[in-house]
Amino acid sequence: MNQERKKHIVRALAAGVRLDGRKLDEFRPVELKVGVSSTAEGSAMVKAGDTEAIAGVKMGLGTPYPDTPDSGVLMVNAELLPISNPEFESGPPSIESIEVARVIDRGIRESHSFDTKSLCVEKGEKVWMVQCDILPLNFDGNLIDLGGLAVLAALRDARFPKVDEEGAVDYHEKTDKGLALQQLPVPITVGKIGEHLIVDPAQEEEQALDARLTMTMLADGTVCALQKGGQAPLTISEIKEMVKLADAKSKELRKQLLEVAT
Amino acid sequence: MAYEKRISGRALDEPRKITANAGVIKKADGSGYFKIGETAAYAAVYGPRECHPAFMRNPKMGILRCNYSMMPFSGDGERVRPGPSRRSKEISMVTKNALLPVVDLKEYPNTVVDVFIELPETDAGSRCAGICAAAIALADAGITMRDVVPAVSVGQVDGTIVVDLDGAEEHLDENAAADIPLAMVPSTEEITLLQMDGIVEQDTLFRALETVKPALHNIAEAQRRAVKECYQQQAGGDAQ
Repeated sequence: MNQERKKHIVRALAAGVRLDGRKLDEFRPVELKVGVSSTAEGSAMVKAGDTEAIAGVKMGLGTPYPDTPDSGVLMVNAELLPISNPEFESGPPSIESIEVARVIDRGIRESHSFDTKSLCVEKGEKVWMVQCDILPLNFDGNLIDLGGLAVLAALRDARFPKVDEEGAVDYHEKTDKGLALQQLPVPITVGKIGEHLIVDPAQEEEQALDARLTMTMLADGTVCALQKGGQAPLTISEIKEMVKLADAKSKELRKQLLEVAT
Repeated sequence: MAYEKRISGRALDEPRKITANAGVIKKADGSGYFKIGETAAYAAVYGPRECHPAFMRNPKMGILRCNYSMMPFSGDGERVRPGPSRRSKEISMVTKNALLPVVDLKEYPNTVVDVFIELPETDAGSRCAGICAAAIALADAGITMRDVVPAVSVGQVDGTIVVDLDGAEEHLDENAAADIPLAMVPSTEEITLLQMDGIVEQDTLFRALETVKPALHNIAEAQRRAVKECYQQQAGGDAQ
């Protein structure tokens, strides 16, 4: 990042404003919509500023892992599509996309949001594999939070496909059985630029971040996953402030999530 | 038995419902969205920009590079693995060949114009939808073009010629259906994409190529309208 540009951003933050006019603790207005792909078992589109991403859930039958013969599998995958930003290139998943997927995945897993044992069809033989892909169409920062939100909405929107008498999946018919999520683990990333803390960083702000912390929050204010990013260290008092911010922001987004899908 | 009444209830030469938009991806130099029935495609154009790898550069003109990709949840069945496949590479190539005849890249030597196509849902006709979205995106990006490029499939089901086969028609008895995706330059009626799978008599093939023309002209009109509407909105926005 251009150092003069970064100085400009920091000076503005000191005066309490961001490049796009937002306050430091202000999220871009979030639009959330489910049922955006007829071929997916569940899907959602999220939009905030110029970031727009689509999440889709596919459910299939497969063999369980040998060490968990009675558990199904939930996997989150992300790809930073070159369609969404001039800086993204085709090719194998970048470390940035892997981090997005793993942080979202970890939040869902660690919150015990749903029982993977309920995905077991036949112990050791056959379990449901739930795969959720999160793909930006338009990238202007904060894919962890917005992607996480879209993944949760898509999982809530998902309905199991029908299984025929021979045990094969009939993808042309959905049942009315959903995943019954017990928790909605909402990831919130707070960025640190200089001594300032901001939420929902846009792409240029992300490039200027010295450090960031993603906190995955549950409804009762408990934290179920953390991920620190960036090279600068964080003080304990900064971490406290970041958690408070995340708690407040996650409550707003959780409300929206509850409104769009059941 | 002849196929007279289509599964969807459409007329034999009637394509599915079409939505076409331009300027849907803010970070791109140009973009388009094209939906036909339940097949949807986003396309973004980046460039002309510096071409990497350097050996692909052409000192006489810019090159066009197309990338067709299905989102993992967009297939009719199990999850599609992300990343290139034999199928997606071939479709990327025919997509480029379908668009090249109308674009003029002589002004941009040594550069590349990248076209990325992503499909969030498909129900047959995805390469045609991709080409339709890509043509809108190229026009939106201000690339010099002779014309737009509409694309749609025409085919034969049980001896009857039908325009724009949907998934249900494609999956009828394998021997009963032939599918011919094609793209055309509307002003000259030259064909820039032509593929087929299935068995068709010579006469039927020639009749099919004629039958599909009105649908292609209509799609071209929808593409032009999408770009115009996008620019009118921008102009309106600037005036305020």
